[in-house]
Amino acid sequence: MTLSSPAPWAFRIRQGIGYALLCLVALAFLTPLIFMVATSLKAPADIFTVPPTLVGSEVRWKNYAEAFTFTPFLRYLVNGVIVATAGTAITVAVAALSGYAFSRLRWRGRNLVFAAFLATLMIPQEVLVVPMYIMMQKLSWVNTFTALIVPWAFTAFGAFLLRQFFLTIPHELDDAARVDGAGPVRTFLSVMLPLARPSLAVLAVFSFISNWNSFIWPLVVINDVPKLATVPLGLQQFFSSQSSNWHLVMAASTVSMAPTVIILILLQRHLVRGIVTSGFGGR
Amino acid sequence: MALMTRSATAAKNNRATPAGQQARMSWWGPGFALPHGAGLLFFTVVPIVATLVISFFNWPLLGTPSWVGTGNFAKILTDPIFRRVVLNTLLFVVLYVPLNLVISLGLAAWLTPRIKGRHIFRVIFFIPAITPVVANVVVWRLLYQPNGLIDATLQTTVGVHAPNFLGDEHWAMLAIVAMSVWQGFGYNLLVFSAALDAVPEQLLDAARIDGAGPWTTFWRIKFPLISPSVFFATMLTLITSFQVFIQPFILTRGGPGDATVSIVQYIYNQGFALHKLGIASAGAWVLFVIILGVTAVQFLGQRRWVHYDA
Repeated sequence: MTLSSPAPWAFRIRQGIGYALLCLVALAFLTPLIFMVATSLKAPADIFTVPPTLVGSEVRWKNYAEAFTFTPFLRYLVNGVIVATAGTAITVAVAALSGYAFSRLRWRGRNLVFAAFLATLMIPQEVLVVPMYIMMQKLSWVNTFTALIVPWAFTAFGAFLLRQFFLTIPHELDDAARVDGAGPVRTFLSVMLPLARPSLAVLAVFSFISNWNSFIWPLVVINDVPKLATVPLGLQQFFSSQSSNWHLVMAASTVSMAPTVIILILLQRHLVRGIVTSGFGGR
Repeated sequence: MALMTRSATAAKNNRATPAGQQARMSWWGPGFALPHGAGLLFFTVVPIVATLVISFFNWPLLGTPSWVGTGNFAKILTDPIFRRVVLNTLLFVVLYVPLNLVISLGLAAWLTPRIKGRHIFRVIFFIPAITPVVANVVVWRLLYQPNGLIDATLQTTVGVHAPNFLGDEHWAMLAIVAMSVWQGFGYNLLVFSAALDAVPEQLLDAARIDGAGPWTTFWRIKFPLISPSVFFATMLTLITSFQVFIQPFILTRGGPGDATVSIVQYIYNQGFALHKLGIASAGAWVLFVIILGVTAVQFLGQRRWVHYDA
């Protein structure tokens, strides 16, 4: 209660109005997504109606089945999972090693190298797309999963995030491990990694989602779309045929969003922590 | 970069290992950093240098490159279309960044700990920041259609047609900005909300006792205290907004005409539709220099409003 607060009931009413307003704002905010799901269950004829409706003349669950046959959408989903999982594995592995090196080991030039790592974060992916494509040509990686997985897996964000975490571990633990005769490798594997599990999870989630959502690079490097596309590139295919298949597009969009929303709901605390400690995870 | 300074001090506090041990262990550090460092070197440092090199060549997608010196830069800097896409991108940035910051800061201030279920609201506003951008854009493309949700609602309630958002050059950029703000502000909301939570309660109580209203408390106490977060978020929002691509690419394909082609779409078109990788690289370097310049200006300007010594 504030010192200058009005009578309790007046305060309650004001709070109630504020709360109702907030709920309205949230509802307005969610409208596009609600409408997406609603449209994904409509018959084509019910989509562009005046006045707009939430539920059409029928609830067509078969739109979802149709979306999967209209394009090889299941393939896109599987491709997305493969690419995102493999990319995440590389990102977490190399970042765990380097984050450890930048925080718990002392070596000459450490801060300089770390600064160089951070400097690479200034370079936007879009600026690198052309030379990266030429590099893929030279490596014969154009139109392969390898091209989707490897080139962007080394983001310095991971080193930054995990270093932040490793710095918070008390040094007594390293000392104790050293007294027990453990070298850096043993200390890393049996002391640091288990402790870092929550932070590794944060990095893994960010990495998975950014791989899952990635669009420009697959657009550039994948030619064989029906076979190798990931979900965002596949979504775009619904537009290539000129007819409007909005009900199918919305079904596919709903499916493509589902994993990320589920991750958000289940792991919100981890995600928020990652964003707050770094300020840029997942951007 | 508040975080970096903080972590730098933390690094200094590391206890030094005995000299002998340090010498013995000195190769472990570089060893552990090597896989990540090699990857970054090969897939980021080499390409950024290569971008510059390629920009001095006439480099077809397939075929033999030939040296053209600064010809590509001369070409794009005098190309009216390139000027147009730079202006389009600037217009997007100028509209998007302030809107994003005002909305995220306002909502963060609104979602005080007194509000029950505030974390649910924060998660709701964060949803489109985490879902695939392509899917978000596709949904908004439906909303913006003639007889789509917005148009149909206007026809039913007010009895007028909405403008053809994506087909009218006066509306297309605004439509892209609105969609982008919807998608993007949840991220900054989380950052600001967490920063506001860290403001010490005693300071706010003291202000209240001195008779400060919510407005004064926010601008005189809370805002200066969270200014490092605001600075960091502003910088990242600016940098990412210069890279705008997917929204115009899918909503309007850059149209009508060239009204919404962004710098990145220009790079993409030159490189992968017209197969002129040299021109695309020159465009990429111009974009990179713009981003570096804007970042530098931000850093120079931060003294005037960012307080690290709270």
